[in-house]
Amino acid sequence: MIEHLDTALVNWSRAQFALTALYHWLFVPLTLGITFIIAFMETLYVKTGDPEWKKITKFWMTLFGINFAIGVATGIILEFEFGTNWSNYSWFVGDIFGAPLAIEGIMAFFMESTFIAIMFFGWNKVSKKAHLISTWLVAIGSNLSALWILVANGWMQSPVGMHFNPDTARNEMLNFWEVLFSPVAINKFLHTITSAYVLASIFVIGVSAWFLLKGREQLLAKRSIIISAIFGVLSSLFLIYTGDGSAYQVAQKQPMKLAAMEGLYEGTEGAGLIVLGIPTPGKEYNDDKDDYVFKFEIPKLLSFLGYGDTEAFVPGVKDIVEGGFEYTDKDGVKQIALSAQEKINMGKLAINALSEYKQAKESKDLVKQEESLVVFRENFRFFGYGFLNDPESIIPNVPITFYSFHIMVGLGFYFIFLFVAVIILILRDKLIEKKWLLRLLVFTVPLAFIASLSGWVVAEVGRQPWTIQDLLPAVASVSQIDASAVQITFWLFTAVFTVLLIAELKIMFKQIKIGPKEGGH
Amino acid sequence: MFESLSHLVLQQYWWLIISLLGAILVFLLFVQGGQTLIYTLGKTEMERRLLVNSLGRKWEFTFTTLVTFGGAFFASFPLFYSTSFGGAYWVWMLILFAFIIQAVSYEYRSKPNNFLGAKTFEVFLFINGALGTILLGISVATFFTGSEFSVNEMNFSKWEGAARGLELALNPHNLSLGLAVFFLARVLAILYFMNNVDEDNIISRTKKQLIYNSIPFVIFFLTFVIWLMFIDGFAYDPISKKVSYESYKYLHNFLQMPLVLIVFLIGVVLVLFGIGKSIFKTSTNGIWFSGVGTVLTVLALFLLAGFNNTAFYPSTFDLQSSLTIENASSSKYTLKAMSYVSLMVPFVIAYIWYAWKAINNKKIDAEEMNEDIHIY
Repeated sequence: MIEHLDTALVNWSRAQFALTALYHWLFVPLTLGITFIIAFMETLYVKTGDPEWKKITKFWMTLFGINFAIGVATGIILEFEFGTNWSNYSWFVGDIFGAPLAIEGIMAFFMESTFIAIMFFGWNKVSKKAHLISTWLVAIGSNLSALWILVANGWMQSPVGMHFNPDTARNEMLNFWEVLFSPVAINKFLHTITSAYVLASIFVIGVSAWFLLKGREQLLAKRSIIISAIFGVLSSLFLIYTGDGSAYQVAQKQPMKLAAMEGLYEGTEGAGLIVLGIPTPGKEYNDDKDDYVFKFEIPKLLSFLGYGDTEAFVPGVKDIVEGGFEYTDKDGVKQIALSAQEKINMGKLAINALSEYKQAKESKDLVKQEESLVVFRENFRFFGYGFLNDPESIIPNVPITFYSFHIMVGLGFYFIFLFVAVIILILRDKLIEKKWLLRLLVFTVPLAFIASLSGWVVAEVGRQPWTIQDLLPAVASVSQIDASAVQITFWLFTAVFTVLLIAELKIMFKQIKIGPKEGGH
Repeated sequence: MFESLSHLVLQQYWWLIISLLGAILVFLLFVQGGQTLIYTLGKTEMERRLLVNSLGRKWEFTFTTLVTFGGAFFASFPLFYSTSFGGAYWVWMLILFAFIIQAVSYEYRSKPNNFLGAKTFEVFLFINGALGTILLGISVATFFTGSEFSVNEMNFSKWEGAARGLELALNPHNLSLGLAVFFLARVLAILYFMNNVDEDNIISRTKKQLIYNSIPFVIFFLTFVIWLMFIDGFAYDPISKKVSYESYKYLHNFLQMPLVLIVFLIGVVLVLFGIGKSIFKTSTNGIWFSGVGTVLTVLALFLLAGFNNTAFYPSTFDLQSSLTIENASSSKYTLKAMSYVSLMVPFVIAYIWYAWKAINNKKIDAEEMNEDIHIY
């Protein structure tokens, strides 16, 4: 099926995708969240007729525009990269994966980009109401975009609603609604957009706090802070709820990712949740070193979050590689886990059977066709393992996944305290006096981006080596290109995106410094 | 309503949608064409600002159509997506680079402290305008000229061309369509400026430029089309699915699908009428004739490439690896599900029309550049 595996090619392709996705994700969350904040503000303007609200709306709209442009620039590449760099993947699952991308374009991206034109240029051309509706549609459109992209991503993490068609050698969709309403996808969508709302709230609060420190734009700053802090705290609560849902889904669908998130090598019953810890550097899954240099954990919480039972067994990395532990499958039946080696063997049987089926079909040998299909179907659930040779290759990078996860969660809780403190102080009209807090709010802005990127790293590094969980590893997904070609485009993207990022930041800082103009823009 | 349709009919329906999206995209490339004319038509800072802002209110339509075109192609004909994108790597990467640098250029060009300077962003716009149109034209031309690739029994594809797609640019026929698209985009841009810009100095320069760009457009376009009528095309047998060369295939396609021929001819006439009207009379609505004409012409060319048992993405390396709307498509279920989604398209077109009219109800002029609106 794959003639030779070129590790350099796979790694450069991975690096390129990671780089482009990382850059894209630097800008998207702000767009997702700030569009709603702007829509709230404009609603207040239309309701009250207070021109100050219009000025506030327009100021944030300018910052949004700067961010949006680079988000679009970094986004187009991702869609096409599935074809250019992951062409085998594109065929293998295109029948399912292509649909959400197309729907995103038709249903969401057009809505967003059409009404942005009215939002930016329509102030004097359409009625107040039509303008307000346009602003809301921009927010809804951008969030619908996120829905379809995360449905696609969720499907990769937990493929549902499809079957494998041996004649076309690809997965084909059986049930659109199962794909759309997959619990993993929905949880991922809700968790991601709410995290974006939190980030945008922190951005708006941080910029406003800077104005307060400088003694400028007090009314704008205060009003912006109130709206964002309330939006932020409500979003944070929902974020915890969806985070809990995500943990449950990961435990069920991607136990290896959960083990990596927690740095758990040796599984245990009644597993605790690590609050703070350092995984032992250089730890191998099968050596005798302790899992952690030190740890501070909440007893039994991991078992509870993952399985709804404080005594449940949470398998560690080693358990998943070596198998042999008992678990309950999705039909509620107790099973003994297979080892990675057994899965690899079964995967190879499936790949081999598929090839035999193809040959039998060619030679019109019906009996052989039927026989090979039976073998294929029995082993298909571990199809992707057949492309791997080493059981260890199913382990993602544990330290990166662990630290990203803990940074994300830690910062997430810190943000909640911050929102609450801000709300209390601003309602008592004491925020301006607390210079240290205002400074902290400014410095928290980059932390929000770090938290958001960490979340993305957990989701994507933690699921390696899979592009489609259990069905297709990255090594088998890649386009057969020279590694050097990918290397060149990798550096080109690095250079272009970095230059554009610098431009974006310089423009953004300058616009903040300039502040709102009378009438805006 | 799509339940009773056969797989083949759904494949044809989706080829029609892809063709329509491709056709609308080529029309919207007027934005790209305009980006290559900023310095030709605008001699002062204010004139250039007017031109940039006139285009800047439309660039996202082109961009979004390109993204949707890609997504829809992926969803309906994934084998094309995996074969062409993964194969002609450099061509697609260059196209993408051209669009990456476009997206920020409008927004950042006139902002203070923009790091690279306004000139750089204008160069970005020029690169996008030239490279984007020519390369997209070349890519579409390969629907007729073929590429070198193979697809194995698992439908995994391998590019056999020498330079990962760059070799396609050396084919004179591909190049003639690429340049035809480039000059068409410039022609459409000029017609659009005539319709949208209220600035005498700019308008006084448009007529001459319209003539200068229409001539090469007509030459390159006719070269491609006349040649197309005489070449061997890539036909496949509807029963055995075997692909073979057929003499005068595309001429046959026109004759066997007279409706497509009529659409094509009406399209060409409308494009020329829009140009002629604007050259010989003082007219501001040429864009609508040439625009609709462009959509019809490109639509007909796409249908010529994919309908009537024609391989739309032929392989000259291995004929039997050629992609047809039958072997490259998604499953019946997916096409059906997506067909329901396609019912949203008229709705989308309706609100785009509304937004277009709302923004363009008054021509853009120097006075508006001083209003408190978003200015690029």
